[in-house]
Amino acid sequence: MSTHAAAHHDAHHDEHHDTGRNTVFGFWIYLMTDCILFASFFATYAVLFMNTAGGASGSEIFDLKLVAGGTAALLLSSITFGFAMISAYKQNKSGTLFWLAVTFLFGAVFIGLEIYEFNHLIHAGHGPSESAFLTAFFSLVGLHGLHVTAGLIWLIILFIEVSKSGLGNQQLTRLSCLSLFWHFLDIVWICVFTVVYLMGAM
Amino acid sequence: MSQHDHDSHAHGTVGSYVVGFILSVILTVIPFWAVMTGSFDRATTVAILVVTAIVQIVVHLKYFLHLNFSKEGKLDTFSFLFTALVIVMVVGLSIWIIYASNAMMMY
Repeated sequence: MSTHAAAHHDAHHDEHHDTGRNTVFGFWIYLMTDCILFASFFATYAVLFMNTAGGASGSEIFDLKLVAGGTAALLLSSITFGFAMISAYKQNKSGTLFWLAVTFLFGAVFIGLEIYEFNHLIHAGHGPSESAFLTAFFSLVGLHGLHVTAGLIWLIILFIEVSKSGLGNQQLTRLSCLSLFWHFLDIVWICVFTVVYLMGAM
Repeated sequence: MSQHDHDSHAHGTVGSYVVGFILSVILTVIPFWAVMTGSFDRATTVAILVVTAIVQIVVHLKYFLHLNFSKEGKLDTFSFLFTALVIVMVVGLSIWIIYASNAMMMY
């Protein structure tokens, strides 16, 4: 009877592991659909970027130093999230919390720079309603910024959860999903700074 | 006990993250430098931008997202490759169609 119970427990345990892996894979599939959402925004931008309606074009309004700063912050946040995951798999709770906090800080710097840029552009008379180019620009960069903001909120929630419940299987699965999300957003940002800012400023 | 082999995705090590990070920094500095100094002609600059961006995406996929062709990891990789194909069609064909129709309107 007890062997049966143990076997059952093992089976249940394995099943639980599989559920965690399926969750991460399911989240990956969601990210792939998110890729296609971003792709359609990129296609819109590529079609509309020359339609400036006599207003400012990219090379007149983009500040590459600001973009370089944001890019550096996002890249640093990617590697610090990697360190958080390594600490999490080693069951090092304080290390995980420390690296999650550092990741949040870099992510907040990125969003801060983006808000500063948007605010600056709108006050200089280059708001999203000025031309098709600016509408597409604000939509694409804003969509990425919204994703990063959602990631920051998710980071706060997981920070609280890990500090309260430790690093169980469930927390590791959730951290894995957020890590995929975070690294995915960095990949989207590579496309944004290349296509929008660098090609626009040329 | 089995906490450690909880989902057998490759997790990466400090070393692999640092390698990925250094490669990413190099692949980010090159295009920013090329555009900010303007030391190349337009076509060369565009080529540099496209190549460094694609290489950096591959670096991120390998070192940060741990995509690989192992038994456990290949489903992730193939779903990504399929998405990449869809994206090439959505973006590439949209641009082709719109610019072709734009050119036809001119004449």
